[in-house]
Amino acid sequence: MPNFQVSVVIENKPGISDPEGDTILKDLVLKGNNNDITKIRAGTILKFSITEKTKEGAKDKVLKICDELRIYNPLVSKVTATVEEL
Amino acid sequence: MKVGVIVFPGSNCDRDMYHVLTDVFNLNAEFYWHEKNLPSDIDAVVLPGGFSYGDRLRAGVIAAHSPIISDVKKLAEKGIPILGVCNGFQILVESGLLPGVLLKNESLNFMCQWTNLIVNNNKTPFTCKLQMNQKIPIPIANGEGRYFVDDESLNQLKKNNQIVFSYENKVNGSISQIAGVCNSDGNVVGMMPHPERAAEKAINQIDHKPSSLIFESLIETIGMKN
Repeated sequence: MPNFQVSVVIENKPGISDPEGDTILKDLVLKGNNNDITKIRAGTILKFSITEKTKEGAKDKVLKICDELRIYNPLVSKVTATVEEL
Repeated sequence: MKVGVIVFPGSNCDRDMYHVLTDVFNLNAEFYWHEKNLPSDIDAVVLPGGFSYGDRLRAGVIAAHSPIISDVKKLAEKGIPILGVCNGFQILVESGLLPGVLLKNESLNFMCQWTNLIVNNNKTPFTCKLQMNQKIPIPIANGEGRYFVDDESLNQLKKNNQIVFSYENKVNGSISQIAGVCNSDGNVVGMMPHPERAAEKAINQIDHKPSSLIFESLIETIGMKN
């Protein structure tokens, strides 16, 4: 069976303040005169290596684990997952 | 009357809590490692502060999957008083026993300072000897203490009288300055500040009596039951 790497990004939902992202924007990026940048959101990335039959199967399984074990808190966070074959 | 103090890998306020329960308030307390079971005849349970699992992933989330939490849930359903302090509050929230979530402080800093709490609900097993709006001088020590719930849940908390403590002043960006909440039955209480660090005169030069009343409330509650 092929090996996949599923990268899960956990970030605050829109509307939930993100002081880390705001600080990076205001006190670093905008001070560097990059006025075209309007927003930065900080997050956490978890990379799962998994053996599965298909790409979709790998992604579904990892997202199910994230839901069941509350890897992210659905009240304030959202997850997005991308898959690549190793 | 037996109080269980749960110890997780990384708990560091467990001995302070045990000392206050036993030496200051003469309660019969016992430590319970998080992989053990809690006796079904226990009278109260305390989840102490600390950094369970080094706050990895999110404060309290890994400890919320500890085997002992299923016993805590059963006891909570039976109406047994359960108190979570600091990391204990985070664990209760992550295990679904209390509503809301504790985010990183607005400053992103670990905050260790004295604050004033205001009592918003004096009907819980841990606040029944306090007066409404009574002020409690008490320390906080946390990095993830910013309480958050969505607007609908906040309205529910207010309606059901589930906000137990709020900060007198803005401290860390908590919504409605909430410092402690309870479940809808009122027997499970979580709070970010540390009553075990404020209930003795030797370590609280401002006024140790209000924090003492948190423990005296518990004694009154479980004493009445036995």
